[in-house]
Amino acid sequence: MTCDEAEVLLNALIDGELDAGHAREVEQHIAGCARCSAAFAAYQKMSQAVAAADLRYAAPLALRRRIEAALPKAAVSNLRPMPNRRSVLRGFGFGSALSAIAATGLVAIMLRHDDEQRILSEIVSAHLRSLQPSHLTDVLSTDQHTVKPWFNGKLDVAPPVIDLTAQGFTLVGGRLDSIDARAIGAVVYKRRAHVINLFVAQTSSTEHRAAKIDSISGFNIRRWSDRGLNYWAISDLGADELDEFGEKIEAAARSNTEG
Amino acid sequence: MGDSNDDPERARRFREAALPHLDDVYTLARYLLRDPADAEDAVQECYLRALKHFGGYRGPAMKPWLFAILRNVCRAEFARRATAPSSAIDDSPEAAEQPPLWHEEQQTPEAQMLRDRDAVTIRRLVDGLAEPFRETFVLREINELSYREIAEAVGAPVGTVMSRLARARAMLRSAWMAEQEQAR
Repeated sequence: MTCDEAEVLLNALIDGELDAGHAREVEQHIAGCARCSAAFAAYQKMSQAVAAADLRYAAPLALRRRIEAALPKAAVSNLRPMPNRRSVLRGFGFGSALSAIAATGLVAIMLRHDDEQRILSEIVSAHLRSLQPSHLTDVLSTDQHTVKPWFNGKLDVAPPVIDLTAQGFTLVGGRLDSIDARAIGAVVYKRRAHVINLFVAQTSSTEHRAAKIDSISGFNIRRWSDRGLNYWAISDLGADELDEFGEKIEAAARSNTEG
Repeated sequence: MGDSNDDPERARRFREAALPHLDDVYTLARYLLRDPADAEDAVQECYLRALKHFGGYRGPAMKPWLFAILRNVCRAEFARRATAPSSAIDDSPEAAEQPPLWHEEQQTPEAQMLRDRDAVTIRRLVDGLAEPFRETFVLREINELSYREIAEAVGAPVGTVMSRLARARAMLRSAWMAEQEQAR
């Protein structure tokens, strides 16, 4: 992480807007950078001072009364003489006149709030991409002992590659993909003609998070977390079949940590 | 939008949804306009417009919505002032240069930050920030909006909000430091 990036992101860290992973990256940068760590300390103190000073203003009572008086049934006569302001009001939804210094390269991809939604939509995009001709697999093999080693060295953590052929989900191969601006492993399965992409990414949290199924753009996504890995299984399969797939992967991953 | 405003049920819902934010809206108006009388007028106009358009309000949150309306009112006020420097939106680095704002005996800038918690002083310092950095800073630190809510209120991408906030804090910090240098 560069200082330019950190300079913006340490603000988000102070404001509690970063997800855990990016927060750690910023903290690591700060720990090794005197300049950024001084800025961080100063901003923190500023925030505390601002909070302690209570810089809010209380609306004057007369103003409150005027507004209240304008509200109930008297509203009509008071509100009518505002011609043609609609166009002004409509404008604010579509961007302001304020010029934008774009935070170049710093798309707000690391913000905690819509993190999950954004990742889900990236998963959908990656899935759609994979369905383009010759995009589905980088390594084409139905043998888990071929697919698994292929990932080694390409990713920090190789995803578990589990053979579910016996249970009706055929291993097709593996692929490197990119989600959340990171390289991520995708293990590809098929049930009948339906492709299932299983995305697996490392996460800092080791807690188990129970499966959740979302439906986005006609695809079902089953996501869960276990032992430091986040999983997203996506397919146009029905939710029940995808759930079955996920359960089998979970069960196999538990019984067979080595994959 | 041609719906009537005399629906008592709607007026009641508006009252419950919007009036609790009056202090917040007034606070933002004070920082945007830097004039108590203008702020009062703007807030009143903001609430009247808000009521008028309440029928079309679909969320998400009331506060950013009111703020967005207030900003439009303020923009009209800026246009009216025309010559006022605050009407210019200045993203240039020169805007960061601040005159020293107070003179006191100080040790280090960081110690100063801890010591000067006087609301009047910090307010003056915040008032000294150039637009749109002042606005972003106030929305975040004083109105306590999330980045996403700020983006909604000002109609800018979250990335822009982030870079403005970073600039605002950097400006505020250097104003603090400049003051320290002066006092030395």
